[in-house]
Amino acid sequence: MEGPIRAREALALTLFSLLFFLSRSSALHDLLISNAERRIDLSSHIVKVYLTLKVENAGSSPASEVVLAFPPSQVDHLATVEALATKGKRKKTTFVRLEVKPTELPDAPNDTKYFTIYLANPLNSAESITLEVLYMLTHSLEPFPAEIGQSESQLVYYRDSALVLSPYHIKQQTTFIKTPSTKVDSFTRVEPTNRAGTEIKYGPYEDHTPYSFSAILVHFENNSPFAVVEELVREVEISHWGNLQVTEQYKLVHAGARHKGVFSRVDYQSKPSFNGVSSFRYLLARLPPRVHSVYYRDEIGNISSSHLRTDSRKSELEIEPRYPLFGGWKATFVIGYGLPLQDFLFESSEDRRYVNFTFGCPLMETVVDKLTIKVVLPEGSKDPSAVVPFPVDQHLETKYSYLDVVGRTVVVLEKKNVVPGHNSHFQVYYTFKPIFMLAEPLMLASAFFLFFVACIAYLHIDLSIRK
Amino acid sequence: MAAPEASSAAVPTLMTNNTLRNAFGGVLSFFILLLIGVLAFSIRLFSVIKYESVIHEFDPYFNYRVTQFLTKNGIYEFWNWFDDRTWYPLGRVIGGTVYPGLTLTAGTIWWLLNSLNIPLSVETVCVFTAPIFSAFASWATYLLTKEVKGAGAGLTAAVLLAMVPSYISRSVAGSYDNEAVAIFALIFTFYLYIKTLNTGSLFYATLNSIAYFYMVCSWGGYTFIINLIPMHVLLCIVTGRYSSRLYIAYAPLVVLGTLLAALVPVVGFNAVMTSEHFASFLVFIIIHVVALVYYIKGILSPKMFKVAVTLVISAGLAVCCAVIAVLIALVASSPTKGWSGRSLSLLDPTYASKYIPIIASVSEHQPPTWPSYFMDINVLAFLVPAGIIACFLPLSDASSFVVLYIATSVYFSGVMVRLMLVLAPAACITSGIALSQAFDVFTRSIKFQLPGLSSNTEVDAGETSSATKEAQNDAVKTEKAEETSKDRPSRKSKKKEREHVEKPSTKTKAEKKRLLALPLEASVISLLLLVFLGAFYVVHCVWAAAEAYSAPSIVLTSHSHDGLHVFDDFREAYAWLRHNTDVDDKVASWWDYGYQTTAMANRTVIVDNNTWNNTHIATVGTAMSSPEKAAWEIFHSLDVKYILVVFGGLVGYPSDDINKFLWMVRIGGGVFPHIKEPDYLRDGQYRIDSQATPTMLNCLMYKLSYYRFVETDGKGFDRVRRTEIGKKYFKLTHFEEVFTTHHWMVRIYKLKPQKNRIRGKTKKSKSKTSSTSSSKRSGTRKKNPWH
Repeated sequence: MEGPIRAREALALTLFSLLFFLSRSSALHDLLISNAERRIDLSSHIVKVYLTLKVENAGSSPASEVVLAFPPSQVDHLATVEALATKGKRKKTTFVRLEVKPTELPDAPNDTKYFTIYLANPLNSAESITLEVLYMLTHSLEPFPAEIGQSESQLVYYRDSALVLSPYHIKQQTTFIKTPSTKVDSFTRVEPTNRAGTEIKYGPYEDHTPYSFSAILVHFENNSPFAVVEELVREVEISHWGNLQVTEQYKLVHAGARHKGVFSRVDYQSKPSFNGVSSFRYLLARLPPRVHSVYYRDEIGNISSSHLRTDSRKSELEIEPRYPLFGGWKATFVIGYGLPLQDFLFESSEDRRYVNFTFGCPLMETVVDKLTIKVVLPEGSKDPSAVVPFPVDQHLETKYSYLDVVGRTVVVLEKKNVVPGHNSHFQVYYTFKPIFMLAEPLMLASAFFLFFVACIAYLHIDLSIRK
Repeated sequence: MAAPEASSAAVPTLMTNNTLRNAFGGVLSFFILLLIGVLAFSIRLFSVIKYESVIHEFDPYFNYRVTQFLTKNGIYEFWNWFDDRTWYPLGRVIGGTVYPGLTLTAGTIWWLLNSLNIPLSVETVCVFTAPIFSAFASWATYLLTKEVKGAGAGLTAAVLLAMVPSYISRSVAGSYDNEAVAIFALIFTFYLYIKTLNTGSLFYATLNSIAYFYMVCSWGGYTFIINLIPMHVLLCIVTGRYSSRLYIAYAPLVVLGTLLAALVPVVGFNAVMTSEHFASFLVFIIIHVVALVYYIKGILSPKMFKVAVTLVISAGLAVCCAVIAVLIALVASSPTKGWSGRSLSLLDPTYASKYIPIIASVSEHQPPTWPSYFMDINVLAFLVPAGIIACFLPLSDASSFVVLYIATSVYFSGVMVRLMLVLAPAACITSGIALSQAFDVFTRSIKFQLPGLSSNTEVDAGETSSATKEAQNDAVKTEKAEETSKDRPSRKSKKKEREHVEKPSTKTKAEKKRLLALPLEASVISLLLLVFLGAFYVVHCVWAAAEAYSAPSIVLTSHSHDGLHVFDDFREAYAWLRHNTDVDDKVASWWDYGYQTTAMANRTVIVDNNTWNNTHIATVGTAMSSPEKAAWEIFHSLDVKYILVVFGGLVGYPSDDINKFLWMVRIGGGVFPHIKEPDYLRDGQYRIDSQATPTMLNCLMYKLSYYRFVETDGKGFDRVRRTEIGKKYFKLTHFEEVFTTHHWMVRIYKLKPQKNRIRGKTKKSKSKTSSTSSSKRSGTRKKNPWH
């Protein structure tokens, strides 16, 4: 197994270095990375990569940007890239969050994609800075075998490079890969390579030229729930009478190795340790505190298996789909709950209010392929604007709900490939005059009044033709 | 309760006092009716509160699915809807085979709410349609009984109907079935008929036809109306109560009603072609003859009339013979003698069990037991005779109708437990009359016996107004009728005049009544007893609504020492099918689960609860009762991919497929004679333990139900049959288990694909098979009806 991989990797190496020599032109390469340490966490189905880079400015002019490079196969699955700059030493270290943006570079070899980290202070010549980069990859573990029976456990492939892909020269680098268990079927060796317990260590490697690449393949057991929400629509409806109603529609799928052949309840119930280890029965949703009127149902009625635990800081809803989810099995359901409005709605200025709510999916450790958040503003609100800490697609809709005449403005936010790392707050600002709250009660009252007047009139008017 | 709307202008001195009383009574009865509506609605919400807002049972799921289609695609698509997800590969024309009343009603409500921007889901509207219509039904009962015996009886009857258990059983929230709206339509049609009969107004007659049309749209039980009303008309004619009001009440109903009924696709030409409707046409002819006779009698002198009678009778006899001959020929030409199976089993209770197992296999088509009468109408059963007697004092056209209604519905309810529902309104009306009359008598007695309660004249006035209430009501009505129709029959007007004569002499009548009054103690005690009876009824109804009739039957619960257990296996299985099988896969199961599978799992089924094609059901029954190989062939030929069986042996759910299995054998054997019921019975006993017959132990149903069951407890103890199963360890060769729910209540199997032929084997046996193949195929042909 390792033979062909080695060959391929050697080929890739030469190819990359060739390209590198051809394209050595931009000002990028005044920087160099003196030390790179990468920790890849493969324990769940979301791959988390912690990259610590020590960047040095070897050029003469100050540099304010650091560029990260990703192979095209990873970019499609890249959910978040975050970067922190480290300040101070040892115990006094503080972190400063830095801005990261995808960028295009003119002469990218092999469709390499780039993210630029904008440093807070330009890096002067001969100075160095330590950057902590965290990025998450989804759908990057490929089940192999792709179909497994009920009693088998799930094995997956993870593909990456033993060397950190970078447009800079890297003096020294190490990569640690953490697997969920000690069961690792095979992994590519790029000497020096060590394996101890649940950790595989690649490196240290010295002095690698830019765009060095060395493909590796890890085949290991991963039975963590591969819970993927294919589509999630969250609707947040604001009522100025004091309630915030949230409705979440899930399309859940087990994205691991497909279940094959029989499903035997007898085996599943009597031997839980051997059977269906890669399947999952429970999911945990973390809801805001003071949640009330929680429901959990699907298109054919209430699902009776859920537990809600509330305390003053958070609420946890443990939900159980109607059936245990094996690889490839799907389920849809709806979770709805009400929240007290004062926890989420704030006034910013005269008649200007904003709602502050969490982006992302309340389910723990799940990937959302497509997330749509609809913030339904009360009827009569104007000038909506959303503030989201990361790029999302936005547009406006109109929704008609209880006795609406002009309809409610809906701010729709859409984002693909959402991981728990996106669970940060976003704000929607809008203008609302409180008098609009009275519109519907007044309308109802006048309708009833007219009805009674009509009744009185009917009773007092003689409609007969013949007197 | 006695007389909130006592209408009397007989004593002019009390005119102002009476208008006040009228106004007060009117407002009071309005609010009482409002409360009755609230009661009728809210007593049916137990199912939503105790369980959830969900559609119940089997048929409602079909109606729900149809409503969904209607709201999504509109009315024209609905009429043309050919449903290919059921009765595969035949399909079913839904628009032409369904009574559309319920769906159209719920669809209209939904559309109305949504156009007002009230975003209720179709499901919510469907769940609450039945409670809303039961409120309407109790108001209709009020109107009907008021026409018969005055407002007091009307209110009593409305209260009784609002919570009669028999009706609750069919109209709890979620029980989205035709009966939910049909009972309202039935009572309202009867009300309009009585109203027309009392007023002789063509306006009400037209309304009556429209109400009848709505009833035809809603439920096959409309034949009850179209037979009962002619019976009543005939009764009136025979007892010499013919009047022009009767003619106006009946003739437009038949003409307009039949035309309208023929507009409903599912009825169509049945409205004139089937025997169920012939009675109405016959009476239509009779009433015209009678009308003609009365007319001729009016214009001819008695002598001439006699001559005319002899002439007409001789000619009429000849015509009648011809008509009867034509009728008989028509009836004889139709295959079932013009009667549908269900109707025939109404007339001859043993018909179904003798000839049509598929009708007999439905539990609601069985005759009821005595306890079920007590369960479903409770104390009304004892009040009904009293009510009938009250209807005879005095007997009017309207009260004779009530008597006829109760008599026929008692008979029908005795035939089929489902028709208890038709009995319930009749029982409520008669009991309401009985209770109201009893209260009337007792309170009057107390009033007279209590000294110094009020001044004498007032007592007299109140007494007169209540005592002669019905009589006066009658009189008022007749007065009204007189305004509209001058040519009233002499008998009626005589009666009315008699009453008019009596009215001024209320004092003397009151004296008479005073003598007739009951002793004080007896009245008080009887009143108390009546109140107790009513209280008992209320307690029973609330219990029935809360405990007996509110379970949705797709979710089962059981109470054990460690709390409430929920068995949600059906929906677990349906949800699994919905999400984890291909959208065009065919699922075979016994027909009971057809509607639910199409509605909840959205998968194509082979047979469903519509049971219109007996052969198809028999095919599934045959497959279930065949050994594995033969069953696989049948299912494979039907393109089936999954088989769903319901199995209650692990948790003790008694209405599972093993308990229904004998019906499958019977229905299957009815069409494919190689399935014989005795093969499955040991000494006439149905058993699945070690004494069971080998045919039984090898049939597909047994195998699919008990596959690997022994591994749960090591013995294979069936908690429903309370025995260990006969064959414990066996393997499936042509099927594989793909899903079993948490409590094993639903098990889903997949047909294994056909095995590849091994080349060497086929070559070797090629010469052999070529010679034997023809005989083999003919052998399988016998077993497999689809080859």
